[in-house]
Amino acid sequence: MHNPQLNKHGELQHLLTIDGLPRDVISAILDTAAPFTEVAEREVKKLPLLRGKSIFNLFFENSTRTRTTFEIAAKRLSADVVNLNVSTSSTAKGESLLDTVDNLCAMQADMFVVRHAASGAPFLIAQHLLATGRDHIHVVNAGDGRHAHPTQGLLDMYTIRHYKRDFTNLTVAIVGDVLHSRVARSQIAALTTLGVPEVRVIGPKTLLPTEVERMGVRVFHDIREGLKGVDVVMMLRLQNERMNGALLPTPQEYYKVWGLTAEKLALAKPDAIVMHPGPMNRGVEIDSSVADGAQAVILPQVTFGIAVRMAVMSMLAGQQGSNK
Amino acid sequence: MQKLDAEALFQTLVEQMRPHVTPDTALVGIHTGGVWLAERLHRTLGLKQPPGSIDVSFYRDDFASKGLHPQPKRTDIPFDVEGAHVIIVDDVLYTGRTTRAAINELFDFGRPSHVDLAVLVDRGGRELPIAARYCALTLPQPLPASQSLQLETDAAGTFTLRLIDA
Repeated sequence: MHNPQLNKHGELQHLLTIDGLPRDVISAILDTAAPFTEVAEREVKKLPLLRGKSIFNLFFENSTRTRTTFEIAAKRLSADVVNLNVSTSSTAKGESLLDTVDNLCAMQADMFVVRHAASGAPFLIAQHLLATGRDHIHVVNAGDGRHAHPTQGLLDMYTIRHYKRDFTNLTVAIVGDVLHSRVARSQIAALTTLGVPEVRVIGPKTLLPTEVERMGVRVFHDIREGLKGVDVVMMLRLQNERMNGALLPTPQEYYKVWGLTAEKLALAKPDAIVMHPGPMNRGVEIDSSVADGAQAVILPQVTFGIAVRMAVMSMLAGQQGSNK
Repeated sequence: MQKLDAEALFQTLVEQMRPHVTPDTALVGIHTGGVWLAERLHRTLGLKQPPGSIDVSFYRDDFASKGLHPQPKRTDIPFDVEGAHVIIVDDVLYTGRTTRAAINELFDFGRPSHVDLAVLVDRGGRELPIAARYCALTLPQPLPASQSLQLETDAAGTFTLRLIDA
């Protein structure tokens, strides 16, 4: 089937999910992000690439870090950025998603950055744009339901590559609430595509999806067993707001069994790095001494996230001439 | 076209620049040929400031039609641009658009006191009002657009100029 993310030349048209994205496209995004990291050290933290482009941040679900880093990334590329907190605007008055999109297209939007609680919402927008002949407008998925959060997955890969150089000799553990995590799905897709030989998923049975082994991972229900000898520990946030019913005991109980403490981290390789997509629940999934410790790369993840989003947006916007 | 001796042209360029540089003069090479050239000029002229490098991919004026260059290199300016005497170094001067982009990029690091341009070869074909202050050779006839001229370097660091028919 045609991958709706790629144009007929195999270039990135939209970024909707890492699943199905060819390895060379992922590598190209990471390679392109590298020189963007240096922009933050300049007197003028701006590049003229997207001058005159209008980017709409369409957030149907709350987010601080993701929205802010997308906004900074777009502004460092000289784009005009409009933030729509849609949960408090038109949709609350009953406007449909695609009507909102059509209205913003009438305002000459060049790109939509979309976050939505419903899985597949960014796909729906991309299809709608294609069906109405507006394929010069690009869509970036900034997190949809439980489905995907591709720029988070990509910035995690950038972070791993920065500290570990090579993916092909790593053991990577993803720990926690995989069931509700779009971040975990994007991470697993990226890690396996980039050739990481062992991806482990560690969590209680109630928080792991039933089909998780089919994604090419090893499953552990004992965190101590799972962390043994790993190079990278990717913690997930315990998603209180997505919990229905009693999947869990209390947060204190969760911390005792599943929280990453210095004592558990000592089972990983001595040079293992600790990652977290944020926001962190200190004392629930991660202990403060680990979150602030020497092995944590949680704040560099945020900084790299800006460069990775700059790379994605400039690669998308740069396709406009070549696909005509 | 006559055979171009890149090593002889390099010596010519060095002699042109020598009377005008001070140890504080800073060189910035444009990727990729200009970077090699800047590094060797830096050693030969005995300059104090470490040479910088610029990849103009993010400042090109054909981004809208051609998109992003597939593998942009890192721009690295290891000295304080504010108030500095900067010489932009490139192997071949053609339309002037790359130089324009490099000047724009340089100014995002600070306000230099002077900016000059040094090139090995001016191949003609300018599309912008840009001229090199230091230029080892101006071709008597502009090269046709179908040809490109490139600086190459071997393991020993010896320069050659290669003419490529597209």
